[in-house]
Amino acid sequence: MSIETPPFAATPHSPVASPHAHAGASVTRVMAKVMLALLPVTLYGFWLYGWPAFHLFMFTITFALFGEAFALRLMRRPAVPVLQDGSALLTGWLLALSLPPWAPWWIGAVGGLFATLVAKQLFGGLGHNLFNPAMIARVALLISFPIPMTLWVAPLPMGSVGAPGFVAGLQITLAGIPQLDAVTSATLLGHAKTELARGIDLLHAAANAPVLSYIGDRAGSLGETAALLIAGGGIALIFMGVISWHIPFAMLAGIALPAFIGHAIEPARYLDVATHLLSGAVLLGAFFIATDYVTSPNTRLGQLLFGLGCGLLTWIIRTWGGYPEGVAFAVLLMNALTPAIDRLVKPRIYGRDRKGKPREPTAVKT
Amino acid sequence: MGLIEKVFSLLESRHWGVHPADRKRPAADCPVRGLPLPERLYVPLQQHIGAAARPIVLVGQTVLKGQLLAEAQGATSAAVHASTSGSVTAIGDIGAPHPSGLSFPAVTIAADGADRWADTGVSVDPFSLPPQEIAKRVAAAGVVGLGGATFPSALKLGLGLRSKIHTLILNGGECEPYLSCDDRLMRDAPDEIVDGIRIMLHATGAQRALVGIEDNKPEAIAALTAAARDFPAVLIRSVPARYPMGSEKHLLSELTGQEVPADGRTTDLGALVHNVGTAWAVHEALRQGRPLVERLVTLNGGAIDMPGNIRVPVGALVEDVLAFVGLKTEPARLVMGGPMMGNRLPHARVPVVKGTSGILALTANEATTLDPGPCIRCSSCVRACPVGLLPLEMSARIGIDDLNGAVAFGLKDCIACGCCSFVCPSRIPLVHYFNHAKGELAAQGRAQLRNESAKRLAAARTERLAREAQEKAAAAARRKAERAAQKAAAAKEAAGTTAAGAAAAAEAEAAQAISAEATP
Ligand code: SF4
Ligand code: SF4
Repeated sequence: MSIETPPFAATPHSPVASPHAHAGASVTRVMAKVMLALLPVTLYGFWLYGWPAFHLFMFTITFALFGEAFALRLMRRPAVPVLQDGSALLTGWLLALSLPPWAPWWIGAVGGLFATLVAKQLFGGLGHNLFNPAMIARVALLISFPIPMTLWVAPLPMGSVGAPGFVAGLQITLAGIPQLDAVTSATLLGHAKTELARGIDLLHAAANAPVLSYIGDRAGSLGETAALLIAGGGIALIFMGVISWHIPFAMLAGIALPAFIGHAIEPARYLDVATHLLSGAVLLGAFFIATDYVTSPNTRLGQLLFGLGCGLLTWIIRTWGGYPEGVAFAVLLMNALTPAIDRLVKPRIYGRDRKGKPREPTAVKT
Repeated sequence: MGLIEKVFSLLESRHWGVHPADRKRPAADCPVRGLPLPERLYVPLQQHIGAAARPIVLVGQTVLKGQLLAEAQGATSAAVHASTSGSVTAIGDIGAPHPSGLSFPAVTIAADGADRWADTGVSVDPFSLPPQEIAKRVAAAGVVGLGGATFPSALKLGLGLRSKIHTLILNGGECEPYLSCDDRLMRDAPDEIVDGIRIMLHATGAQRALVGIEDNKPEAIAALTAAARDFPAVLIRSVPARYPMGSEKHLLSELTGQEVPADGRTTDLGALVHNVGTAWAVHEALRQGRPLVERLVTLNGGAIDMPGNIRVPVGALVEDVLAFVGLKTEPARLVMGGPMMGNRLPHARVPVVKGTSGILALTANEATTLDPGPCIRCSSCVRACPVGLLPLEMSARIGIDDLNGAVAFGLKDCIACGCCSFVCPSRIPLVHYFNHAKGELAAQGRAQLRNESAKRLAAARTERLAREAQEKAAAAARRKAERAAQKAAAAKEAAGTTAAGAAAAAEAEAAQAISAEATP
C-alpha cells in the first residue's frame, strides 16, 4: 500500500485523519451476532439428532479453523489475530449446519478444510473470496461423496429410546452408522424427486411422504428442519442491523412465486409453496448464507436482484435439475454474478443523474 | 425511463448519513464564560482559505483592539485585526492548528490588559447603504465563514449580488457531535443573528432567508423563532438531526428539495448558504463597527473538567483555553473542530483562529483507534455515505494506486464527511485514503500544469529561434540579391555584349538565394 503512516502520528493505531469518533462496530462483533442468532437452532439440532450431530459439528469447525491457521502459517502471517475475527468459525459453523447430521467425521474434516483453506484463503482471505466458502465446500462434498452426503437420518432426540450416548455417538461419527436402514429416512425434497423419477406423481407420492414439520420432526440437516428457529434467528439479525431484509425477502419471494404458480397449474408435478420454503437449506440460505457480505452485492437494489436470482435458481434446480436440493448451487451461481450486479447497479451520486452526469440546476421555488 | 427511475428512487435509501452520539450536553447548557485575557495573543495572518493577509503594522507599534493588523491580499483573502490592545512584539512564525505541525506567520501582541477598542463609531443605518457598501464593510471587518470553511464572507455576498440570489440559507445545523457554539449563540443572541440575516438579505437582494436548525436544539429554535416573529422574510425551519446535515448542499436539499448539480454551486439554484455565526459577525461589523476578533469556542471532551462555551479572542493559545477550563486527565487526543471532520492538533501551543468552532480534549475511550482489517464488503459505508458513493470501491482502487479508478467511482464528489470511516467495522481509515488520493491528484494536476507551461515555453522558444533564423536568412538573401544586381549592372556597363548573359546569371543567383531562404 502506498499510503505511509505520517511521521507525526502519535501512536501506531491512532489516526491522523478525521473522523476521531467511531460507531463501535467491529468484524468480530458482527460475526458474534450472527453466531448468536444461529445458537438456538444449533443447540436444538444437537438435541434433535443426538450426539453424532454434535461430534460432526465439532469436527467441522475444528478443521475449518485449522485450515485457516494453516494457510496463514504458510503465508508466514500471524494466525491468532485473523482467527479472532470469527469468520473461519462462522464458515465452519454454517457448513456443519448444512451437512447430514450423522455423516462420518471425515466429511466434516474435508469440508471444513476445503472451506477455509481453498475456498477462502486461496482467494486471498476474508473479503476477497468470490464464492461463499461454506457453500463451495458443501457442493464439493456433494459431488465427490454423493452417498454419505445424501444419507439422512430421522430425528432421534437425545435421551429417547435407542438414541446413542456421547461415546456411541462418537463411534457413529468415527466409524459409521450401524444398522443403516433402521435410522435413515428420505428428506421431503429427496422423496419427491425419487417418486417423480419413478413415474409416481406427487399427489400419490404424498401419501407415504414424510410430513412437513415446522419444529424439525423430520429428516434433514441441522440447519434445516426447525424452520421457526432459523427464521427467528434471521429476523433477529435484521433487527440487530447485521443484515437487511432485502436478500432474504427477495430470495423467499423468488422461490415462492414460481412454486405458487407451478403448483396451482399442475399440483401433480410441482411441489407446493410451503414444502419449498420449509425444506432444504432455503431458510438457512436466505437469512444466513446468501446474506454473506463478501459475496453479495453492496446496494439495496442489487441485493434484491441477487436474492430473487437465488430463489428462482433454487426452484429451477429443484424442479428440473438432477439434485433434489439447489440452494448451494443457486447461491454460488449468483455469487458469480455479484461483480456484474455491482457494476450495473450503483447508488446515484448527489447532484448527478444515474449515469453520473451532473444534473441540470432547477431553481429553488420561492 | 419513467417507471425504472421511480423504482430506483423508491429503493434509494433516504437514510444517508449517520447518527453519532451527540454529546453536546451538558456543555451546550452551560452559560458562556469569557476567557481571561492571556498575556500574549498570536494572531495568525492566514485564518481563511486563500492567500495570507499582508501585515501593515511594525514590531514595537501599539495597537488598539479591532485595529487592522494586516490587509487582505489577493482575491480570496481576508483582513486580520488586533484582538486586544497592546504592543506588537513580533511578526513571525508560530505552530499552525494542523496535524502536520507546520508553522505559519502570525502577529504577536503583548496585551496591555486594558482591552481598549479602537474608535469604531458607526451611526449609519445599514439598510440605507447600497448592497456593495455592505459587502465592503463586511470585508473590512475580516468576516469569514464561521462554520469551518472560512471562506471570506464578503466574497460570498458579492457572489450573491452577481448571480441573482433569491434565497439565503442560514446554516444552524451544527451536526458535528460535541459542538454547541452555534447553539449557544442562537440561544443567547437571537436578535443579533436575525438582524445580521436581514442585513445579509439586503446585501444580496434575496427575498427570503431559511434558517435550518437541527431538531436537537429546541431552545435555539424557540429563541430564533421569537426573534424573527416580526420579519416574515426570515423563516426558521427545524431539520432532523443527522450528520452531516450541516453540509451546505445537504442542508439546502433538506430545506428546498433541490439538489446542487455536481461541479456546481448553490448559487446555480439561486441560493446562498451562510453560517448563523456569520450572520452574528455581520451584525457586529455593520451595527457596532466591530471586526471579527473573538468567537465562541466549544470546549468539550471527556478530559475536560468544566466543559462549555468560551468567548475566546482570536490568537489565544489552545493551551491557555485548556488551562481555563481545566483538564481532568491527560487527553489522548486534541482536536480542533468536531470529531467527524476536525483536525488533530500536534500540541496545544497553537492559536485559536476565526474558524475554530471547538477544541476537544478526548480521552482514550472516546478517540478512535485503528487496527484496520480487510474490507468485508459489508456495505455499511455505502449506506452511510451522504453523497451516494461507494467508499469500499474507491479505497480498493486507491490501495492499488489506481487513482483514475477511484475518480471513476466518484472520488472528486467526496466531501470528506467521515461517515464511511465512522461506521466501518474493519476500521479502515477510508477518509485518510481519500484525502491522500485527492492530494496526489492535486499534485499531479499541478505537475501537469507545470509540464504544459514548460512545453509552451519551449515551443515558444523554438518558434522564436526559427523566426529569427528565418529573418536572418531573408536579410542575407536580400543583401546577396542586391550585390548580384549591382554586379550585373557593373558588368553591363563594362561589356555591353555580355550584358544579357551576366544579368541572367545574377537573376539565377538571386533566385537561388531566395529559394534557400524558403527552405529552412
Ligand atoms: S467521506 Fe466521502 S466517501 Fe466517506 S461518507 Fe463522506 S462523502 Fe462518502
Ligand atoms: S464499511 Fe468498511 S468493511 Fe464495510 S464495505 Fe465499507 S470499507 Fe468495507
